[in-house]
Amino acid sequence: MFEVGLTHYLIVSSFLFAFGIYAIVIRKNAILVLMGVELILNAANINFVAFSRYGNFGLNGQLMALFVIVLAAAEAAIALAIVLNIYKTFGHVNVDEIDKLKE
Amino acid sequence: MLGFPILTFIVFIPIIGMLVVLLLPKENEKGIKYTSLIFTFLQLVLAAILMANFNYSAPGISDLNSFQFVENVRWIQIDNVAFLGTIKIDYLIGVDGLSAPLVLLSALIFFIAAISSWSISKSPKGYFAMFLLLDAATLGVFVSLDFFLFFVFWEVMLLPMYFLIGIWGGPRKEYAAIKFFIYTMLGGVFMLVVMIGLYFSATESLSDGTQAYTFNLIALMNPANYLSDGILSPLNPNNYRFIAYIGLFIAFAVKIPMFPFHTWLPDAHVEAPTPISVILAGVLLKLGTYGILRISFTVFPEITRDLMWYIALFGMINIIYGALAAMAQKDYKKLIAYSSISHMGYVLLGMASLSTAGINGAVLQMFNHGTITAMLFLIVGVIYDRTHTRGLNDFGGLANQMPVYTGFVTVAFFAAVGLPGLSGWVSEALVFVGAFGEEVTRTLAMISMLGILLGAGYMLWTMQRVYLGEVPEKWSNLQDIDKRELAMFVPLTIIIILIGVYPSVMLDMMNTSVNTLVDFVTTTLVN
Amino acid sequence: MIMSESGLIILSLIVLFLPLLGFTTVVIWGKRFTKLYWFEVGIMVTSLLLSIYMGFVKLGSYVNKDIIANITWIDFGNVTSIGPLSIELGVKLDNLTVIMLFVVTLISALVHIFSLEYMKGDKRFSRYFAYLGIFTFSMLGIVLTDNLLMMYIFWELVGLSSYLLIGFWYEKKSASDAGMKAFLTNRIGDIGMFIGILILFTSYHTFSFDEIFHQISIGNIPFGSNAWLTAAGILIFMGAVGKSAQVPLHVWLPDAMEGPTPVSALIHAATMVAAGVYLVARIFALLTADAMLVIAVVGAVTSFVAATIAFTQNDIKKVLAYSTVSQLGYMIMSLGVGAYAFALFHLVTHAFFKGLLFLGSGSVIQAMHHEQDIQEMGGLRKKMPITYYTFLIATLAISGVPFTSGFLSKDGLLAGTWAFGNLTGHWLIPILAFTVALMTAFYMFRLVILTFHGKPRNQEKYDHAHETPFAMTMPLVILAVLSIFFWYTPNPISPQDGWFYNWIETPATVVPQETRFDFMKTTEAALHSDEVHAKVVHSEMYEEAMHHVHYPAMILSVVLGGLGILFAFLFYQWRKLDPDKLAEKIRPIYNGSLNKWYFDEIYEATFINGLLVVSRIIAWFDNTIVDGIVNHTATVTRIVANISGWFDTYVVDGLVNFTAFINGFLGLSLRKMQTGKVQTYIIYVVFSVIILLIIFKPF
Repeated sequence: MFEVGLTHYLIVSSFLFAFGIYAIVIRKNAILVLMGVELILNAANINFVAFSRYGNFGLNGQLMALFVIVLAAAEAAIALAIVLNIYKTFGHVNVDEIDKLKE
Repeated sequence: MLGFPILTFIVFIPIIGMLVVLLLPKENEKGIKYTSLIFTFLQLVLAAILMANFNYSAPGISDLNSFQFVENVRWIQIDNVAFLGTIKIDYLIGVDGLSAPLVLLSALIFFIAAISSWSISKSPKGYFAMFLLLDAATLGVFVSLDFFLFFVFWEVMLLPMYFLIGIWGGPRKEYAAIKFFIYTMLGGVFMLVVMIGLYFSATESLSDGTQAYTFNLIALMNPANYLSDGILSPLNPNNYRFIAYIGLFIAFAVKIPMFPFHTWLPDAHVEAPTPISVILAGVLLKLGTYGILRISFTVFPEITRDLMWYIALFGMINIIYGALAAMAQKDYKKLIAYSSISHMGYVLLGMASLSTAGINGAVLQMFNHGTITAMLFLIVGVIYDRTHTRGLNDFGGLANQMPVYTGFVTVAFFAAVGLPGLSGWVSEALVFVGAFGEEVTRTLAMISMLGILLGAGYMLWTMQRVYLGEVPEKWSNLQDIDKRELAMFVPLTIIIILIGVYPSVMLDMMNTSVNTLVDFVTTTLVN
Repeated sequence: MIMSESGLIILSLIVLFLPLLGFTTVVIWGKRFTKLYWFEVGIMVTSLLLSIYMGFVKLGSYVNKDIIANITWIDFGNVTSIGPLSIELGVKLDNLTVIMLFVVTLISALVHIFSLEYMKGDKRFSRYFAYLGIFTFSMLGIVLTDNLLMMYIFWELVGLSSYLLIGFWYEKKSASDAGMKAFLTNRIGDIGMFIGILILFTSYHTFSFDEIFHQISIGNIPFGSNAWLTAAGILIFMGAVGKSAQVPLHVWLPDAMEGPTPVSALIHAATMVAAGVYLVARIFALLTADAMLVIAVVGAVTSFVAATIAFTQNDIKKVLAYSTVSQLGYMIMSLGVGAYAFALFHLVTHAFFKGLLFLGSGSVIQAMHHEQDIQEMGGLRKKMPITYYTFLIATLAISGVPFTSGFLSKDGLLAGTWAFGNLTGHWLIPILAFTVALMTAFYMFRLVILTFHGKPRNQEKYDHAHETPFAMTMPLVILAVLSIFFWYTPNPISPQDGWFYNWIETPATVVPQETRFDFMKTTEAALHSDEVHAKVVHSEMYEEAMHHVHYPAMILSVVLGGLGILFAFLFYQWRKLDPDKLAEKIRPIYNGSLNKWYFDEIYEATFINGLLVVSRIIAWFDNTIVDGIVNHTATVTRIVANISGWFDTYVVDGLVNFTAFINGFLGLSLRKMQTGKVQTYIIYVVFSVIILLIIFKPF
């Protein structure tokens, strides 16, 4: 039977990461961008857990994954609040048009 | 000696006054004026205390121990500078018989100018701040015994003067101010070069025994302090010393002002407001001749001896040229300005004689010219305030209209003409006694006597045109002088008459120093 | 009571300073207390009484003693190469001084009294008396001094008071002009005088007459040369030329008549102008033969020139002014020829009779309501008897008629010139002197006749004329009495018998033997004599010559004076000769005389205009050339500055700007990358990471 190893996990996580980047870069909607970020975080999580399982790191990786999940929750809360505010200010959440920083 | 540093107080009291003026709101004109008056008066009182405690028999000149009220504080000291060793500059001030009369004169003239400044209406705050700064700097020059300090005060003086003429002046004030500034700056540059040259030529031993270059004038007067390879050392066989002398002389000549460096004076006077003219003629011109006596003569005695005749020649030119130019003027103030040039010529002539009578006469002439010309400018100011014209031909018959004023005019005019019994004559006579007594300057002295004829000519002619005759219709309601103006004239008149009758009040003060100076300049061997 | 010497000195100082006190008081408080002039008048009378008293004491008790007192005015201490040096002031009382004190105070007091009436109603009445006070002070200073410096000081001060008084009515341009002219003309002389004084001071380090004479007498000559000694004498004499109105500086005196007439009497006739004579008398001892000759010639020429002008003048004061110049020339000439005592005697007698003439003319002018032209007068004898007779006495005196004071002094003086001619061969001087004697008598009587005799030529003015009040006639009478001989000598034809010659002794000439006139040389015998006095008096040669010419001179002068008077009567009283016809015949000369030989015009054209032109040239030079150079330097500097500025803007600054431009360009282009969009940045990051990975190949 086909043995699932570290490499497979890493490949999955790479795809997740790439999709996350793709979502951040391509999507105009801030919510979707946020979802991209979540994807990236989860890609990192998979990496943590995979290395924890196959590497010589004890439980550290899994602990880190727990932290990241908590952090992601917090981040999502804050980011959504920001997005709500952006929406209030601009009337939309199109990140292309939110380029006040340029000025 | 007194228990407190009186000279520092005299010099810096106007600075305190200036700060007070700056703190007052600019609407409080009265407060500003009274502050200035009080501080200049305090200065005058201190100068009087100085005179009262002055030791008439201490010579000064080339011996620091016999200077009076000396304050010697290390101002700047930097050890172990590459190539230069120790750099040190002293806050060294003191007076002797040469400077004491001028300190008194300056304090007096500034006080009187402060009274005269009452009529300044254009932003008095700035005016009086500048005025007091000028006061401090001027006094500073007279008491400095360190060349660097001297130079600093000398240059600081320029700035307030520039603004006082340039802001509070007449129609061509910018031109006059910039002309004054550039002329004096030019002189200042020469002085700076010579000062630095001297600095690198002589050393003085410090308290810890090391040798250091020095700006100390007293040390620079002593030929033994010079290094054999110093650029301006008398031991050095080059003739840079001669060139340096000329340069330094030009620096001072601009201030006197000596022909041909005099043309800033008529313009500056014509444009400057009355009190500033008073200060300019009364005090600032003396700085030039004072500098020559204090620095050129003593630091370069051997060149002074060689150049006696030339200095006297320029004195003679000043006397005759100034008088002739004065005669042709149609502007009252310009006439007085040229007469100043003429009168300062006597100072040069007297100094050039290198004799006791001559130099006493020269220093006394500085004092007398200060009081007399101050009075003459005040006199012009009085009618200018009332009529806003200074044309000599616009007037006539003021003697009937303003009798008290004309009385003072008569005193001042005849003092300027050199009438015995008034101060101007005493100094002129002493100058001639001195200059005639020395064979080198004898012929020039005789020619210069034409000056007393020409002086009488233009003064009396002015008297006639302005004060005698019939009053023109348009001036028939001029008021005679008021109490404030009386307060300016009376002290000057008293001094003019007092010195005329009993010149020893001033001469005794300066005589010891002058004798020492003559002795020093005529006998010091430099190599 | 006999006064001590110091008492006399103090008294003399009181006399000196009283008028100054009067001046100061009146000047300061004159406005407030309008009657203050009485104080001044009182002071003058006090001074007069004090000086009379001093005269008695000095001439009674100390007749052969000079009293000197000094104070140090300026002390220079110990001076390099000279030693102790100081300038002293002092007074000297000798017989001449006290006599002069009396003369000055007397005339001054009389003029004060006279002026009370004459100046009545003037708007500057008290000021006038103040000026008289300062004049008297200055004049007394000249008289009292024992040194040249003080002489010079007071010399200038009388110049000041003269200026103030001539220009007293300064509303008139002619008056202020005249004042200025007087002051300036005097200044010319004063410059010479000052140089002369300086020659002596430089050599001897003292101003004192006696010490200077002492130094010269022991053979100490200025700068080791007799020429300098002569020069010193002539230069100091220049002061006298100015003040005593000698040719060529005489032009101011006639103009000075613009002043009030009593002033003319006091200052410009009796006292101040005589100061020159007094000065020459004071320095008489140091005059060399050459200097004396110059003095004599100047005096003689002056007296002659002035007399010729006086012939034709029609202004009563101008005639008197020129006669004053002429008489002053006499005195100066007399000093020049060595007739010292006669010169001073003439000074004294002249002071009285000329003062009288001027006051008399003042009286006439007052009576004629300020008419001064004698052609408008005539016949005033009957209207103003006191004025007439006193005036006549003075005229007789000035003409040298016997039994008058003028005869005594003038006769001695003329004899002196004659003796001088005899001894030295300079005959020009006595010839001029005797000619002038004739001319003086003529023009003075012309004046008297035209004014007082004959028929009134202006009836209207004549009708209004009247004798002047007591305050004016009283001084006239006093002076007239003093013009009679018996005050001076009991013997009306021999002045030598009088007191004046006992008291005034010709001072010793101190100059080296080789520079003296032969007749002034000390004889061999006297030279070796122990007695100092023997060395000082004139040689016997001179005494003898004087003795010889005494009577011939007297007779000649009386004859010439008589002739002059006779001609005056022929021309103007009896009209036997017609002055107009004579004038027609000698028209050029007449015009020359009438126009004062064009002195004023020549001076105006040469010196004054020359000076003004020169001064304008200088002013132009100053404005255009000297200042022009300055301004051009400024212009050139500005051009250089502009070039430099261009260079700075386009080259130096160009480089800087180029750098900035490059930066700016880069900035602009790079700016486009900064979109402000997070997504762009993330792309950059991703690509950068990829590029870095490719470059560094970490695997």
